[in-house]
Amino acid sequence: MPHATPKVGLSDICLSYRTEHGEELLALDHINLQVKAGEFLCIVGPSGCGKSTLLHLIAGLHRQTAGQILVDGKPVQGPGTDRILIFQELGLFPWLTVGENVEFGMKMNGVRKTEREEKTEHYLRLVHLAQFKKSYTHQLSGGMRQRVALARALATEPDVLLMDEPFAALDAQTRDLLHDELERIWAQTGRTIIFVTHNVREAVRLGERVVLLTFRPGRVKREFPVELPHPRMMEDGAVLRAARQILDDLREEINRSLEVEYRVGVKPRVKPEVEQ
Amino acid sequence: MRRALRYVIFYGLLFGLWALLAELRIWPPYLFPTPWGVGEALRAGFADHSFWIAIVVSMRRMLLGYGISVTLGVALGLGVASSKFLEETVGGLLVSLQSLPSICWWPLALLWFGLSQNAILFVIVMGSMLSVTLAMEDGRKQMPRIFGMAGRNLGAHGFKLFWYVLLPASLPFIVSGLKQGWAFAWRSLIGAEMLYLSLGLGQILMMGRDLNDMNAVIAVMILIVAIGYVTNGVVFRSVERRLQRKWGVAT
Repeated sequence: MPHATPKVGLSDICLSYRTEHGEELLALDHINLQVKAGEFLCIVGPSGCGKSTLLHLIAGLHRQTAGQILVDGKPVQGPGTDRILIFQELGLFPWLTVGENVEFGMKMNGVRKTEREEKTEHYLRLVHLAQFKKSYTHQLSGGMRQRVALARALATEPDVLLMDEPFAALDAQTRDLLHDELERIWAQTGRTIIFVTHNVREAVRLGERVVLLTFRPGRVKREFPVELPHPRMMEDGAVLRAARQILDDLREEINRSLEVEYRVGVKPRVKPEVEQ
Repeated sequence: MRRALRYVIFYGLLFGLWALLAELRIWPPYLFPTPWGVGEALRAGFADHSFWIAIVVSMRRMLLGYGISVTLGVALGLGVASSKFLEETVGGLLVSLQSLPSICWWPLALLWFGLSQNAILFVIVMGSMLSVTLAMEDGRKQMPRIFGMAGRNLGAHGFKLFWYVLLPASLPFIVSGLKQGWAFAWRSLIGAEMLYLSLGLGQILMMGRDLNDMNAVIAVMILIVAIGYVTNGVVFRSVERRLQRKWGVAT
Protein backbone atom coordinates (compact mmCIF):
# COMPACT_ATOMS: atom_id res chain seq x y z
CA MET A 1 0.00 0.00 0.00
CA PRO A 2 1.50 3.33 -0.99
CA HIS A 3 1.72 5.64 1.99
CA ALA A 4 3.50 8.42 0.19
CA THR A 5 0.47 10.73 0.01
CA PRO A 6 -0.73 11.91 3.40
CA LYS A 7 -4.46 12.16 4.09
CA VAL A 8 -4.19 15.91 4.51
CA GLY A 9 -1.17 17.86 3.34
CA LEU A 10 -0.68 21.55 3.95
CA SER A 11 2.19 23.17 2.11
CA ASP A 12 3.20 26.77 2.72
CA ILE A 13 -0.24 27.93 3.72
CA CYS A 14 -0.40 31.70 4.14
CA LEU A 15 -3.44 33.75 4.95
CA SER A 16 -3.54 37.50 5.16
CA TYR A 17 -6.47 39.82 5.35
CA ARG A 18 -7.20 43.50 5.64
CA THR A 19 -8.36 44.81 9.01
CA GLU A 20 -11.05 47.45 9.42
CA HIS A 21 -8.31 50.08 9.58
CA GLY A 22 -7.01 48.92 6.22
CA GLU A 23 -3.85 47.31 7.55
CA GLU A 24 -2.66 44.09 6.03
CA LEU A 25 -2.57 41.40 8.70
CA LEU A 26 -0.77 38.10 8.28
CA ALA A 27 -2.75 35.46 10.15
CA LEU A 28 -1.05 32.27 8.97
CA ASP A 29 2.54 32.14 7.79
CA HIS A 30 3.87 29.23 5.75
CA ILE A 31 2.17 26.41 7.59
CA ASN A 32 3.48 23.00 6.58
CA LEU A 33 1.73 20.00 8.00
CA GLN A 34 1.17 16.39 7.00
CA VAL A 35 -1.58 14.33 8.55
CA LYS A 36 -1.59 10.56 8.08
CA ALA A 37 -4.78 8.65 7.38
CA GLY A 38 -6.38 7.61 10.66
CA GLU A 39 -4.22 9.95 12.71
CA PHE A 40 -5.50 11.93 15.67
CA LEU A 41 -3.75 15.29 15.44
CA CYS A 42 -4.20 18.09 17.93
CA ILE A 43 -3.38 21.70 17.22
CA VAL A 44 -2.79 24.01 20.17
CA GLY A 45 -1.89 27.67 20.37
CA PRO A 46 -2.84 30.91 22.09
CA SER A 47 -6.06 32.56 21.03
CA GLY A 48 -5.46 34.59 17.90
CA CYS A 49 -2.94 32.17 16.43
CA GLY A 50 -5.28 31.25 13.59
CA LYS A 51 -5.85 27.64 14.57
CA SER A 52 -9.59 27.82 13.95
CA THR A 53 -8.98 29.61 10.68
CA LEU A 54 -6.74 26.76 9.62
CA LEU A 55 -9.62 24.31 10.08
CA HIS A 56 -11.91 26.56 8.04
CA LEU A 57 -9.35 26.49 5.24
CA ILE A 58 -9.12 22.70 5.30
CA ALA A 59 -12.93 22.53 5.33
CA GLY A 60 -12.92 24.72 2.22
CA LEU A 61 -15.10 27.43 3.80
CA HIS A 62 -12.45 30.07 3.21
CA ARG A 63 -9.57 30.30 0.83
CA GLN A 64 -5.91 30.69 1.74
CA THR A 65 -3.90 33.55 0.25
CA ALA A 66 -1.05 31.30 -0.80
CA GLY A 67 -0.05 27.66 -0.56
CA GLN A 68 -1.87 24.46 -1.22
CA ILE A 69 -4.10 22.11 0.76
CA LEU A 70 -4.20 18.56 -0.54
CA VAL A 71 -6.63 15.92 0.64
CA ASP A 72 -5.73 12.49 -0.74
CA GLY A 73 -3.40 14.33 -3.09
CA LYS A 74 -6.17 16.47 -4.57
CA PRO A 75 -6.31 20.21 -3.95
CA VAL A 76 -9.22 21.51 -1.84
CA GLN A 77 -11.55 23.59 -4.04
CA GLY A 78 -14.38 24.25 -1.60
CA PRO A 79 -16.50 22.50 0.98
CA GLY A 80 -16.82 18.76 0.59
CA THR A 81 -18.34 16.05 2.70
CA ASP A 82 -15.06 14.17 2.82
CA ARG A 83 -14.05 16.79 5.43
CA ILE A 84 -16.59 17.80 8.02
CA LEU A 85 -15.98 20.61 10.46
CA ILE A 86 -17.57 20.64 13.89
CA PHE A 87 -17.81 24.32 14.78
CA GLN A 88 -17.09 25.71 18.18
CA GLU A 89 -20.63 27.05 18.30
CA LEU A 90 -21.88 23.80 16.71
CA GLY A 91 -24.27 25.36 14.20
CA LEU A 92 -26.95 22.76 14.81
CA PHE A 93 -30.16 23.68 13.03
CA PRO A 94 -32.77 24.62 15.64
CA TRP A 95 -35.66 24.13 13.21
CA LEU A 96 -34.85 20.46 12.79
CA THR A 97 -35.13 17.59 15.24
CA VAL A 98 -32.03 15.78 16.45
CA GLY A 99 -32.67 13.02 13.92
CA GLU A 100 -33.20 15.47 11.07
CA ASN A 101 -29.99 17.29 11.99
CA VAL A 102 -28.04 14.05 11.79
CA GLU A 103 -29.76 13.17 8.52
CA PHE A 104 -29.15 16.59 6.96
CA GLY A 105 -25.80 16.01 5.29
CA MET A 106 -26.96 12.74 3.76
CA LYS A 107 -30.14 14.38 2.49
CA MET A 108 -28.12 17.15 0.81
CA ASN A 109 -25.95 14.54 -0.86
CA GLY A 110 -28.83 12.53 -2.26
CA VAL A 111 -28.62 9.47 -0.03
CA ARG A 112 -31.77 7.34 -0.27
CA LYS A 113 -34.38 7.66 2.47
CA THR A 114 -34.11 4.12 3.82
CA GLU A 115 -30.34 4.32 4.01
CA ARG A 116 -30.56 7.70 5.67
CA GLU A 117 -32.84 6.39 8.38
CA GLU A 118 -30.62 3.41 9.01
CA LYS A 119 -27.50 5.52 9.36
CA THR A 120 -29.21 8.16 11.48
CA GLU A 121 -30.21 5.40 13.91
CA HIS A 122 -26.73 3.99 13.84
CA TYR A 123 -24.90 7.21 14.56
CA LEU A 124 -27.38 8.35 17.19
CA ARG A 125 -26.79 5.03 18.97
CA LEU A 126 -23.05 5.58 18.64
CA VAL A 127 -23.31 8.83 20.61
CA HIS A 128 -25.97 7.43 22.99
CA LEU A 129 -28.76 9.71 21.83
CA ALA A 130 -31.06 7.23 20.11
CA GLN A 131 -33.99 8.07 22.40
CA PHE A 132 -33.67 11.80 21.63
CA LYS A 133 -34.15 11.45 17.89
CA LYS A 134 -37.40 13.45 17.91
CA SER A 135 -36.25 16.16 20.35
CA TYR A 136 -35.26 19.63 19.28
CA THR A 137 -31.76 20.85 20.01
CA HIS A 138 -32.88 23.62 22.37
CA GLN A 139 -34.28 20.93 24.64
CA LEU A 140 -30.88 19.28 25.09
CA SER A 141 -27.99 20.00 27.44
CA GLY A 142 -24.66 21.33 26.19
CA GLY A 143 -23.02 17.91 26.26
CA MET A 144 -25.89 16.31 24.39
CA ARG A 145 -25.82 19.02 21.73
CA GLN A 146 -22.14 18.41 21.32
CA ARG A 147 -22.86 14.74 20.68
CA VAL A 148 -25.55 15.63 18.13
CA ALA A 149 -22.97 17.72 16.28
CA LEU A 150 -20.59 14.78 16.37
CA ALA A 151 -23.23 12.38 15.07
CA ARG A 152 -24.24 14.87 12.35
CA ALA A 153 -20.63 15.12 11.22
CA LEU A 154 -20.03 11.36 11.34
CA ALA A 155 -23.22 10.58 9.46
CA THR A 156 -21.84 11.99 6.23
CA GLU A 157 -19.01 9.50 6.74
CA PRO A 158 -16.19 11.95 6.19
CA ASP A 159 -12.61 10.72 5.96
CA VAL A 160 -11.46 13.72 7.92
CA LEU A 161 -13.14 15.13 10.99
CA LEU A 162 -12.20 18.71 11.84
CA MET A 163 -13.03 19.75 15.38
CA ASP A 164 -12.78 23.36 16.53
CA GLU A 165 -12.54 23.55 20.34
CA PRO A 166 -15.66 21.43 20.53
CA PHE A 167 -15.57 20.84 24.28
CA ALA A 168 -14.45 24.30 25.42
CA ALA A 169 -17.83 25.32 26.78
CA LEU A 170 -18.55 22.13 28.71
CA ASP A 171 -18.13 21.33 32.38
CA ALA A 172 -15.23 19.04 33.31
CA GLN A 173 -17.25 15.87 33.88
CA THR A 174 -19.15 16.13 30.61
CA ARG A 175 -15.92 16.88 28.80
CA ASP A 176 -14.18 13.81 30.26
CA LEU A 177 -17.11 11.70 29.20
CA LEU A 178 -16.99 13.06 25.66
CA HIS A 179 -13.24 12.48 25.50
CA ASP A 180 -13.87 8.81 26.20
CA GLU A 181 -16.62 8.70 23.59
CA LEU A 182 -14.58 10.49 20.96
CA GLU A 183 -11.67 8.13 21.56
CA ARG A 184 -13.96 5.12 21.24
CA ILE A 185 -15.55 6.47 18.06
CA TRP A 186 -12.13 7.23 16.60
CA ALA A 187 -11.04 3.63 17.32
CA GLN A 188 -14.29 2.25 15.87
CA THR A 189 -14.46 4.33 12.71
CA GLY A 190 -10.80 4.92 11.93
CA ARG A 191 -11.38 8.52 10.86
CA THR A 192 -8.62 11.06 10.57
CA ILE A 193 -9.21 13.70 13.22
CA ILE A 194 -7.73 17.20 13.38
CA PHE A 195 -8.66 18.65 16.74
CA VAL A 196 -8.06 22.29 17.68
CA THR A 197 -7.94 23.31 21.32
CA HIS A 198 -6.28 25.81 23.62
CA ASN A 199 -6.18 23.20 26.39
CA VAL A 200 -2.82 21.43 26.27
CA ARG A 201 -3.84 18.61 28.59
CA GLU A 202 -6.83 17.91 26.41
CA ALA A 203 -4.54 17.79 23.38
CA VAL A 204 -2.19 15.31 25.08
CA ARG A 205 -5.14 13.30 26.39
CA LEU A 206 -6.51 12.79 22.88
CA GLY A 207 -3.83 13.24 20.26
CA GLU A 208 -1.13 11.03 18.80
CA ARG A 209 0.69 14.19 17.90
CA VAL A 210 0.37 17.77 19.11
CA VAL A 211 1.27 20.71 16.91
CA LEU A 212 1.95 24.03 18.61
CA LEU A 213 1.27 27.21 16.65
CA THR A 214 2.84 30.58 17.41
CA PHE A 215 0.94 33.77 18.12
CA ARG A 216 0.25 36.05 15.16
CA PRO A 217 1.31 35.23 12.58
CA GLY A 218 0.53 31.57 13.15
CA ARG A 219 3.51 29.38 12.37
CA VAL A 220 4.24 25.82 13.38
CA LYS A 221 6.45 26.30 16.42
CA ARG A 222 6.99 22.67 17.28
CA GLU A 223 5.50 19.22 16.96
CA PHE A 224 5.24 16.85 19.90
CA PRO A 225 4.59 13.16 19.35
CA VAL A 226 2.52 11.70 22.17
CA GLU A 227 3.53 8.12 22.73
CA LEU A 228 1.42 7.25 25.71
CA PRO A 229 -0.76 4.13 25.92
CA HIS A 230 -4.53 4.43 25.61
CA PRO A 231 -6.79 4.88 27.43
CA ARG A 232 -5.47 8.06 28.97
CA MET A 233 -6.94 10.38 31.54
CA MET A 234 -6.35 14.10 31.75
CA GLU A 235 -5.11 13.59 35.32
CA ASP A 236 -2.54 10.87 34.46
CA GLY A 237 0.97 11.71 35.59
CA ALA A 238 2.38 10.94 32.17
CA VAL A 239 -0.22 13.18 30.50
CA LEU A 240 0.60 16.00 32.89
CA ARG A 241 4.32 15.63 32.31
CA ALA A 242 3.93 15.70 28.55
CA ALA A 243 1.58 18.64 28.82
CA ARG A 244 4.05 20.52 31.03
CA GLN A 245 6.66 20.33 28.32
CA ILE A 246 4.29 21.75 25.69
CA LEU A 247 2.94 24.30 28.13
CA ASP A 248 6.37 25.83 28.63
CA ASP A 249 6.55 26.55 24.94
CA LEU A 250 2.95 27.70 24.81
CA ARG A 251 3.39 30.08 27.72
CA GLU A 252 6.02 31.94 25.76
CA GLU A 253 3.46 32.49 23.00
CA ILE A 254 0.73 33.51 25.39
CA ASN A 255 3.05 36.09 26.93
CA ARG A 256 3.83 37.43 23.50
CA SER A 257 0.14 37.66 22.69
CA LEU A 258 -0.56 39.52 25.94
CA GLU A 259 2.30 41.91 25.30
CA VAL A 260 0.98 42.72 21.85
CA GLU A 261 -2.55 43.21 23.08
CA TYR A 262 -1.47 45.51 25.90
CA ARG A 263 0.77 47.50 23.63
CA VAL A 264 -1.85 48.00 20.97
CA GLY A 265 -4.53 48.41 23.58
CA VAL A 266 -6.88 46.11 21.74
CA LYS A 267 -10.38 46.69 22.94
CA PRO A 268 -12.32 43.50 23.63
CA ARG A 269 -14.36 42.82 20.57
CA VAL A 270 -17.99 42.79 21.55
CA LYS A 271 -20.53 41.69 19.04
CA PRO A 272 -23.44 44.12 18.77
CA GLU A 273 -26.55 42.69 20.38
CA VAL A 274 -29.44 41.94 18.10
CA GLU A 275 -31.85 44.77 18.58
CA GLN A 276 -35.32 43.91 19.66
CA MET B 1 -51.26 34.97 38.48
CA ARG B 2 -49.82 38.19 39.87
CA ARG B 3 -49.69 39.51 36.33
CA ALA B 4 -53.36 38.73 35.83
CA LEU B 5 -54.12 40.52 39.08
CA ARG B 6 -52.19 43.59 37.95
CA TYR B 7 -54.17 43.64 34.72
CA VAL B 8 -57.47 43.41 36.56
CA ILE B 9 -56.51 46.21 38.94
CA PHE B 10 -55.25 48.48 36.15
CA TYR B 11 -58.24 48.04 33.87
CA GLY B 12 -60.60 48.18 36.84
CA LEU B 13 -59.19 51.56 37.84
CA LEU B 14 -59.26 52.84 34.27
CA PHE B 15 -62.87 51.78 33.91
CA GLY B 16 -63.73 53.33 37.28
CA LEU B 17 -62.13 56.62 36.32
CA TRP B 18 -64.01 56.68 33.04
CA ALA B 19 -67.33 55.92 34.78
CA LEU B 20 -66.63 58.56 37.42
CA LEU B 21 -65.75 61.30 34.91
CA ALA B 22 -68.76 60.43 32.77
CA GLU B 23 -71.15 60.39 35.72
CA LEU B 24 -69.87 63.75 36.99
CA ARG B 25 -71.25 65.19 33.73
CA ILE B 26 -68.39 67.63 33.31
CA TRP B 27 -68.87 67.22 29.58
CA PRO B 28 -72.17 66.43 27.90
CA PRO B 29 -72.71 62.69 27.19
CA TYR B 30 -72.72 63.26 23.41
CA LEU B 31 -69.08 64.28 23.75
CA PHE B 32 -68.03 62.07 26.65
CA PRO B 33 -70.19 58.94 26.78
CA THR B 34 -70.68 56.66 29.79
CA PRO B 35 -69.34 53.09 29.84
CA TRP B 36 -72.91 51.83 30.01
CA GLY B 37 -73.88 53.77 26.91
CA VAL B 38 -70.92 52.33 24.99
CA GLY B 39 -71.71 48.85 26.33
CA GLU B 40 -75.26 49.23 25.07
CA ALA B 41 -73.99 50.37 21.67
CA LEU B 42 -71.76 47.29 21.48
CA ARG B 43 -74.65 45.01 22.41
CA ALA B 44 -76.99 46.66 19.93
CA GLY B 45 -74.38 46.54 17.18
CA PHE B 46 -73.90 42.81 17.58
CA ALA B 47 -77.63 42.20 18.13
CA ASP B 48 -78.67 43.78 14.83
CA HIS B 49 -75.75 42.03 13.08
CA SER B 50 -74.29 45.29 11.76
CA PHE B 51 -71.03 44.74 13.69
CA TRP B 52 -70.79 41.12 12.55
CA ILE B 53 -71.27 42.14 8.93
CA ALA B 54 -68.67 44.90 9.28
CA ILE B 55 -66.17 42.49 10.83
CA VAL B 56 -66.71 39.87 8.13
CA VAL B 57 -66.41 42.44 5.32
CA SER B 58 -63.28 44.02 6.82
CA MET B 59 -61.61 40.71 7.58
CA ARG B 60 -62.28 39.48 4.05
CA ARG B 61 -60.58 42.56 2.60
CA MET B 62 -57.82 42.21 5.15
CA LEU B 63 -57.05 38.58 4.26
CA LEU B 64 -57.17 39.30 0.55
CA GLY B 65 -55.01 42.41 0.76
CA TYR B 66 -52.58 40.88 3.21
CA GLY B 67 -52.30 37.74 1.11
CA ILE B 68 -51.36 39.83 -1.94
CA SER B 69 -48.94 41.85 0.20
CA VAL B 70 -47.11 38.82 1.49
CA THR B 71 -46.89 37.21 -1.93
CA LEU B 72 -45.56 40.33 -3.62
CA GLY B 73 -43.44 41.30 -0.60
CA VAL B 74 -41.69 37.93 -0.49
CA ALA B 75 -41.11 37.96 -4.24
CA LEU B 76 -39.72 41.48 -4.07
CA GLY B 77 -37.56 40.54 -1.09
CA LEU B 78 -36.06 37.61 -2.94
CA GLY B 79 -35.49 39.78 -5.99
CA VAL B 80 -33.76 42.51 -4.04
CA ALA B 81 -31.64 39.97 -2.19
CA SER B 82 -30.52 38.38 -5.44
CA SER B 83 -28.09 41.09 -6.42
CA LYS B 84 -25.91 43.69 -4.78
CA PHE B 85 -26.97 46.24 -7.37
CA LEU B 86 -30.70 45.78 -6.72
CA GLU B 87 -30.12 45.81 -2.98
CA GLU B 88 -28.40 49.18 -3.12
CA THR B 89 -30.79 50.82 -5.57
CA VAL B 90 -34.24 49.26 -5.16
CA GLY B 91 -33.57 48.45 -1.49
CA GLY B 92 -32.82 52.08 -0.72
CA LEU B 93 -35.93 53.23 -2.56
CA LEU B 94 -38.10 50.81 -0.59
CA VAL B 95 -36.77 52.10 2.72
CA SER B 96 -37.62 55.68 1.74
CA LEU B 97 -41.07 54.67 0.45
CA GLN B 98 -41.72 53.02 3.81
CA SER B 99 -41.87 56.48 5.36
CA LEU B 100 -44.93 57.36 3.27
CA PRO B 101 -48.14 56.87 5.29
CA SER B 102 -50.19 54.35 3.36
CA ILE B 103 -53.25 56.57 3.22
CA CYS B 104 -51.24 58.88 0.94
CA TRP B 105 -51.77 56.23 -1.73
CA TRP B 106 -55.54 56.76 -1.53
CA PRO B 107 -55.84 59.61 -4.06
CA LEU B 108 -53.71 57.67 -6.53
CA ALA B 109 -55.70 54.50 -5.87
CA LEU B 110 -58.96 56.36 -6.50
CA LEU B 111 -57.75 57.65 -9.86
CA TRP B 112 -56.41 54.25 -10.90
CA PHE B 113 -59.14 51.95 -9.61
CA GLY B 114 -62.11 54.23 -9.05
CA LEU B 115 -64.20 54.14 -5.91
CA SER B 116 -64.04 50.39 -5.44
CA GLN B 117 -62.82 47.57 -3.28
CA ASN B 118 -59.72 47.35 -5.48
CA ALA B 119 -58.68 50.82 -4.34
CA ILE B 120 -58.86 49.66 -0.72
CA LEU B 121 -56.83 46.54 -1.52
CA PHE B 122 -54.25 48.68 -3.26
CA VAL B 123 -53.83 50.86 -0.18
CA ILE B 124 -53.48 47.77 2.05
CA VAL B 125 -50.84 46.29 -0.24
CA MET B 126 -48.86 49.53 -0.42
CA GLY B 127 -49.07 49.85 3.35
CA SER B 128 -47.84 46.41 4.30
CA MET B 129 -45.91 44.88 1.40
CA LEU B 130 -42.75 46.83 2.12
CA SER B 131 -42.64 45.65 5.75
CA VAL B 132 -42.55 42.10 4.49
CA THR B 133 -39.84 42.87 1.94
CA LEU B 134 -37.69 44.76 4.41
CA ALA B 135 -38.11 42.01 7.01
CA MET B 136 -36.74 39.45 4.58
CA GLU B 137 -33.80 41.70 3.95
CA ASP B 138 -33.36 42.08 7.68
CA GLY B 139 -33.56 38.33 8.22
CA ARG B 140 -30.84 37.73 5.69
CA LYS B 141 -28.55 40.22 7.40
CA GLN B 142 -29.24 39.31 11.02
CA MET B 143 -29.27 35.55 10.60
CA PRO B 144 -26.27 34.02 12.41
CA ARG B 145 -23.65 33.23 9.77
CA ILE B 146 -22.83 29.90 11.39
CA PHE B 147 -25.94 28.32 9.84
CA GLY B 148 -24.86 29.10 6.30
CA MET B 149 -21.36 27.80 6.99
CA ALA B 150 -22.66 24.64 8.64
CA GLY B 151 -24.98 24.08 5.69
CA ARG B 152 -22.21 24.47 3.13
CA ASN B 153 -19.98 22.28 5.24
CA LEU B 154 -22.57 19.50 5.10
CA GLY B 155 -22.84 19.69 1.33
CA ALA B 156 -25.71 22.12 0.77
CA HIS B 157 -25.25 24.68 -1.98
CA GLY B 158 -27.26 26.77 -4.40
CA PHE B 159 -31.01 26.32 -4.13
CA LYS B 160 -30.76 23.60 -1.50
CA LEU B 161 -28.70 25.87 0.74
CA PHE B 162 -31.29 28.60 0.36
CA TRP B 163 -34.33 26.39 0.85
CA TYR B 164 -33.14 24.08 3.62
CA VAL B 165 -30.82 26.42 5.54
CA LEU B 166 -30.94 30.15 4.81
CA LEU B 167 -34.72 30.45 4.61
CA PRO B 168 -35.49 28.53 7.84
CA ALA B 169 -32.60 30.26 9.57
CA SER B 170 -34.11 33.66 8.87
CA LEU B 171 -37.69 32.61 9.68
CA PRO B 172 -37.93 34.36 13.08
CA PHE B 173 -37.01 37.65 11.42
CA ILE B 174 -39.40 37.06 8.55
CA VAL B 175 -42.24 36.35 10.98
CA SER B 176 -41.50 39.64 12.74
CA GLY B 177 -41.90 41.31 9.37
CA LEU B 178 -45.13 39.45 8.68
CA LYS B 179 -46.44 40.64 12.03
CA GLN B 180 -45.50 44.23 11.32
CA GLY B 181 -47.01 43.90 7.86
CA TRP B 182 -50.28 42.72 9.39
CA ALA B 183 -50.34 45.72 11.75
CA PHE B 184 -49.72 48.13 8.87
CA ALA B 185 -52.31 46.41 6.70
CA TRP B 186 -54.89 46.72 9.48
CA ARG B 187 -54.31 50.46 9.84
CA SER B 188 -54.38 50.99 6.08
CA LEU B 189 -57.61 49.03 5.80
CA ILE B 190 -59.46 50.98 8.48
CA GLY B 191 -58.13 54.26 7.09
CA ALA B 192 -59.25 53.45 3.57
CA GLU B 193 -62.66 52.21 4.73
CA MET B 194 -63.29 55.50 6.48
CA LEU B 195 -62.87 57.30 3.18
CA TYR B 196 -64.99 54.95 1.13
CA LEU B 197 -68.42 54.07 2.46
CA SER B 198 -68.81 50.40 1.73
CA LEU B 199 -69.63 48.43 4.88
CA GLY B 200 -66.63 47.44 6.94
CA LEU B 201 -65.49 48.66 10.35
CA GLY B 202 -64.11 51.96 9.06
CA GLN B 203 -67.48 52.79 7.59
CA ILE B 204 -69.54 52.10 10.72
CA LEU B 205 -67.06 54.23 12.60
CA MET B 206 -67.74 57.13 10.23
CA MET B 207 -71.45 56.42 10.38
CA GLY B 208 -71.30 56.97 14.16
CA ARG B 209 -69.80 60.36 13.49
CA ASP B 210 -72.43 61.26 10.90
CA LEU B 211 -75.23 60.32 13.30
CA ASN B 212 -73.53 62.17 16.17
CA ASP B 213 -73.62 58.86 18.06
CA MET B 214 -70.59 59.01 20.34
CA ASN B 215 -71.50 55.68 21.97
CA ALA B 216 -71.23 53.93 18.61
CA VAL B 217 -67.98 55.71 17.75
CA ILE B 218 -66.30 54.53 20.95
CA ALA B 219 -67.81 51.05 20.59
CA VAL B 220 -66.37 50.61 17.09
CA MET B 221 -63.00 51.98 18.20
CA ILE B 222 -62.91 49.40 20.98
CA LEU B 223 -63.80 46.73 18.45
CA ILE B 224 -60.97 47.79 16.10
CA VAL B 225 -58.45 47.78 18.95
CA ALA B 226 -59.67 44.39 20.17
CA ILE B 227 -59.42 42.74 16.76
CA GLY B 228 -56.04 44.31 16.07
CA TYR B 229 -54.78 43.21 19.46
CA VAL B 230 -56.00 39.65 19.21
CA THR B 231 -54.61 39.07 15.71
CA ASN B 232 -51.33 40.89 16.18
CA GLY B 233 -50.59 40.82 19.88
CA VAL B 234 -51.81 37.32 20.54
CA VAL B 235 -51.65 35.22 17.36
CA PHE B 236 -48.56 36.67 15.64
CA ARG B 237 -46.73 37.47 18.85
CA SER B 238 -47.01 33.93 20.22
CA VAL B 239 -45.77 32.43 16.94
CA GLU B 240 -42.91 34.92 16.90
CA ARG B 241 -41.95 34.22 20.52
CA ARG B 242 -42.00 30.49 19.98
CA LEU B 243 -39.74 30.74 16.95
CA GLN B 244 -37.33 33.10 18.69
CA ARG B 245 -37.01 30.77 21.66
CA LYS B 246 -36.50 27.72 19.53
CA TRP B 247 -34.03 29.46 17.21
CA GLY B 248 -32.14 30.78 20.21
CA VAL B 249 -32.51 34.45 19.22
CA ALA B 250 -34.92 35.38 22.01
CA THR B 251 -33.90 38.33 24.12
